[in-house]
Amino acid sequence: MKIIVCMKQVPVQDSLLKITDDSRWVQEAELNYEINESDHYALETALLLKEEHGGEVVILTMGPRRVKEAIKQGLAKGADRALHINNESFTTLDIFINAKLLAAAIQQEEADLVLTGLQTDDYGFGQTGVILAEKLGLPHASIVMEILKQDGSIKVKREMESGWFQSVELPLPALLTIQSGISQIRYATIKGIMMAKKKEIKELSLSDLGLAEGDVDDSTSSLKFHKLYVPEKTKQAELLEGDPKDVAAQLVHKLKNEAKVF
Amino acid sequence: MSVDILVVAEQRDGVLNRSTLEAVVAGQELGKQLGKEVALVALGKGISSLAEELTSKGVKEVLTVDDDKLSDYTPDGYAGALQQVIAAENPAYVLFSHTYTVRDYAPKLAMKLERPLVSDCVRYKMDGNALVFVRQVFQGKIDADFTFEGDGPHLVSFQVGAFNADNLETSGAAGAVRNLSLSMDNVEIRTKVLDVFEGVKQEVDLSKADRIVSVGRGVKKSENIEMMKDLAAALGAEMGASRPVCDDGWLPLDRQVGSSGQTVAPKLYFAVGISGAIQHIVGMKNSGTIVAINKDPHAPIFDIADYGIVADLFEVIPEVISALKES
Repeated sequence: MKIIVCMKQVPVQDSLLKITDDSRWVQEAELNYEINESDHYALETALLLKEEHGGEVVILTMGPRRVKEAIKQGLAKGADRALHINNESFTTLDIFINAKLLAAAIQQEEADLVLTGLQTDDYGFGQTGVILAEKLGLPHASIVMEILKQDGSIKVKREMESGWFQSVELPLPALLTIQSGISQIRYATIKGIMMAKKKEIKELSLSDLGLAEGDVDDSTSSLKFHKLYVPEKTKQAELLEGDPKDVAAQLVHKLKNEAKVF
Repeated sequence: MSVDILVVAEQRDGVLNRSTLEAVVAGQELGKQLGKEVALVALGKGISSLAEELTSKGVKEVLTVDDDKLSDYTPDGYAGALQQVIAAENPAYVLFSHTYTVRDYAPKLAMKLERPLVSDCVRYKMDGNALVFVRQVFQGKIDADFTFEGDGPHLVSFQVGAFNADNLETSGAAGAVRNLSLSMDNVEIRTKVLDVFEGVKQEVDLSKADRIVSVGRGVKKSENIEMMKDLAAALGAEMGASRPVCDDGWLPLDRQVGSSGQTVAPKLYFAVGISGAIQHIVGMKNSGTIVAINKDPHAPIFDIADYGIVADLFEVIPEVISALKES
């Protein structure tokens, strides 16, 4: 089974984010990056499927040069090779354009299964995987918790709200978006890190994808992104200050006398 | 007849998802702003009684698509049907509540229509004549403004809880039901639904708890849960948790608070090491008094807490426990 895993690099959780002067993005210079959380689980799912059924795991990522770091991590964990769309000259928030780029790379591969994370921890649109499926003409299931491969099809358990689940069967090839936390994520071994050095990372340019500059032009997009800003606070907690013993005493006093919860 | 603002209803077994009413409230407010009327559309098999129920929800019309291919939810069925509904009615706006089901099919519908979906919006505002849709990025830490250009249909999903279903206006005349007899012959359903079921039986009903101590990723490891249990004991509280804590098995799944777990509203909610991702907040924001302890001063949990302590929780919690014991 050939599996393509889409992975994105995002600023590490808990990063102190500062918005750029033009309000278009966050200041990247001091940020550290990591693999998007649910993409970790997408990769883990792919590696487990490969261990059970054989085949190949190919990482697909889009981003500037720094995403090589994420790719290397994935290869060290056991992915076989990687595709990198370097979008430094055409970064966009337009999901259709980003899906077009990813789809063009996937179409060159004839995969049995395409996996993505549920959503990214930066923009968090939660749409790219599903749009990609439609673009590729593949059936999909989102928010997937379990996968059972059968002959020519897969059975998956997908999450609905409030603790409900749906069990569905999809013909292959298919696309799945993977929920965080569905398995234990492995660490790369020293051997894995050594082996990763020999694995192929293929950089794809627009022309490699059969696309031209007009294909990544978002000026005609009907959804316009304007600006980022720190949310206006509707409420702000009363912050208690002092040493631990002092704040603890203040808190208990307030809970008793102001909030009257005791 | 055509439709201005179309709200997509969500149902399972003929029972309406309450968040649909939130989307109707969004539609009504938007409608007032733009001088437009609101209609609902419901998809399914045998949904005439649901359609009847929807006529009293303050909408001008209730459109229905009743077809065998829609008896179970599938993305092919829903996107295929809605694509036709939208083509026929040509609404200016199509509104959804951003449920797990909508997340599954609305982007597919957007791609079919080649119309962008601005997903998971928390509000809208007017900027001059422009209608601005606001959604959160970086897990709620930053807001982002979006507008649409050109003619609709414009697709928007609103975060669950972004609008209050209690604000539904139902004083106008009852809406009319219009059954759309569109053909599903060309819609191929590739997904076979085998089962819809409830996961773990909830053994703990946190919704009845008066006090809850909920722990998040900030507790760092399983061994540290003991300290949190001591805090809960000192408060006479039940233990709750955010999703990552349950995923890692530090506490059982039936302790999970949030969109995929339980919804709670205790008198006292202690959020320890919880950053306040929206998936958690929707499950506890109606709590009486909220206390947050977190080392990140920018954690969104402080926006809804009454009392906040920005500190290393392992230093503060033991002190809180002894202060509680003394008092």
